[in-house]
Amino acid sequence: MTDATASAPPRHRSQRQEVWRQFRSHKGAMAGLVIFVVILLGVTIGPWLWGLDATLVDIRSRNLGPSLAHPFGTDQLGRDLLARILSGGRVSLAVGLTAMLLSLALGTFVGVVAGFFERLDGALMRLTDLFLALPLLPLLLVMVMLFREPLSRSFGPENGIFLLMVTAIGLTSWMNTARIVRGDVLAIKNREFIMAAKSIGTEPSAMIRRHILPNVLSPILVSATLGIATAIITESSLSFLGLGFPPDFPTWGRLLYDAVDQIQLFPIRVILPGVAIALTVLSVNYIGDGLRDAMDLRARKR
Amino acid sequence: MLTFTIRRLLVAIPTLLFISLIIFLLLDLAPGDPLANMPLTIPPDVRENMRAALGLDQPVWIRYALWLKQFFWVEPLNILDSILGTSLAGDGQRVLSWQTRSPVADIIAQRMPQTLWVVGLAYVVGVLIAIPIGIISAYKQYSVFDQAGTFVSMIGYSVPPFFTGVLVIIIFSVNLGWFPSIYDTTLQVNSWATFKQQLIQMVMPVMVLALQTTAQISRFMRASMLDNLRQDYVRTARAKGLRERTVLMAHVARNSMIPVVTVIALGVPSIFGGAIITEQVFKVNGIGQLMITSIQSNDIPMVQTLTFIFAVLIVLANLIADILYGLLDPRIRYD
Repeated sequence: MTDATASAPPRHRSQRQEVWRQFRSHKGAMAGLVIFVVILLGVTIGPWLWGLDATLVDIRSRNLGPSLAHPFGTDQLGRDLLARILSGGRVSLAVGLTAMLLSLALGTFVGVVAGFFERLDGALMRLTDLFLALPLLPLLLVMVMLFREPLSRSFGPENGIFLLMVTAIGLTSWMNTARIVRGDVLAIKNREFIMAAKSIGTEPSAMIRRHILPNVLSPILVSATLGIATAIITESSLSFLGLGFPPDFPTWGRLLYDAVDQIQLFPIRVILPGVAIALTVLSVNYIGDGLRDAMDLRARKR
Repeated sequence: MLTFTIRRLLVAIPTLLFISLIIFLLLDLAPGDPLANMPLTIPPDVRENMRAALGLDQPVWIRYALWLKQFFWVEPLNILDSILGTSLAGDGQRVLSWQTRSPVADIIAQRMPQTLWVVGLAYVVGVLIAIPIGIISAYKQYSVFDQAGTFVSMIGYSVPPFFTGVLVIIIFSVNLGWFPSIYDTTLQVNSWATFKQQLIQMVMPVMVLALQTTAQISRFMRASMLDNLRQDYVRTARAKGLRERTVLMAHVARNSMIPVVTVIALGVPSIFGGAIITEQVFKVNGIGQLMITSIQSNDIPMVQTLTFIFAVLIVLANLIADILYGLLDPRIRYD
């Protein structure tokens, strides 16, 4: 390890390059990354390129098969399916990414505080255990049922539900991040460089910012990828149960839910959003797998 | 072992109380009103009296205590009564569903068998498939079988059950016509033909749920086997001339099962949660479907009870997992 860093002149850049090199050698992770970037680009610039409105009702061209004008066909109200999938993906991914950021922030905060301040460790970890013992899906359903009306009244139907989804998913998925981060902080806390920093009088806040956080970045990144995957699955599950976004505001889960009734006649309408969800989650999970392998120092030494 | 068990039990009680408080407070904020269905012609003072009779004018903590009493004292006694035919419960106020006006416990008792059949069988099938897969994957690490197993379990993790469920409906029910897409809960099993029909309609939901279980458990089994295969005692066992089969099955697999058993115990409640979605896909009217319908119709007592049952299941599974771990591996005990 020391030889490698000594021979490569700028240490910071070489470490990042090393992770990237390791990551690139993981075939599944690279495939996942390519697919995820394609999906991300598709849902961000796709609706703008495709131009058709996802909510435009054209009752005369309903239930059409695939054609040049509508590559995926149209639904029972004549809305273009490709446009609906693209804009649905935009919502699904936005919910997934925002909820992941929230849960990551919460989890990292709890984990770092619990690991760094011994006095708070017991209480915070008991809280984490309690949250892990909560029945999450039933509670999410209950939260949606209770707060859907008031929130959509005060923030508008779309923003209200978005806010509710993101908060609900974020509040119920931070526990694993907190546990992993706490473990890593505890391990780092006893290393020499922390003692050295303490001996020159580094304040706790500066210590966390400058020395602890950069060193627990890799488990945080890995749990970020897993967080996106679970958030997307949770959002689409709730939408599938009819307790997610309103019908005129498509997400992948909602599109699937709306199409299930006509599964015998138009199976393609179920398969498309389902494949979109599955592909996204699968690619994100493979990215996480590759990141874990690339950043695991012990695995790299072997 | 006894002190360990007792200590675990004592820890479980405050956990359960805390969770019940969260569930109670959360649902206390609900906009629903038990008097909403009463005629509007009832004068306001009578309405007030009715609210008082239902205990709705009491402070929150008194209502919470009364709810706890209902849940932990009156309902268990009633359940005992219906099993033994006694009348221990007397006429204590029971938890009534706002939707059907009948005791919540009775409705749940009607729905429970469907869920237990489908979910329970799926879990058993999933575990039975997962363990051999885990053993072979670890023994033949990086082989084609191992790679395929990794890929299949990645799919099991990533593809949500509402999509796998719909997919198997399209394949096996719409295109091939092998299995019915809707689970018929009115079916009475009383002859060979109905038994066969029951089996056929259970295949798809069990398949979907088992894929999830298999994905998780087979990964755990593989990791645990890999840890054990590198241990010194395996080399010793081989060195003293045991057959490879004996080494693998009697020594490595047995020791690797210890953490896996706790994972299996911990997974039981999550499979009930997953059943909420699977039941919705195949229209099984179990407790998951009951949960969804009562949420849609704002039936607060039913939602409260069901959520709390899920919570009790989780705490119970944690408890069983801890105790099992202590029983199987004496090094773990903290007494």
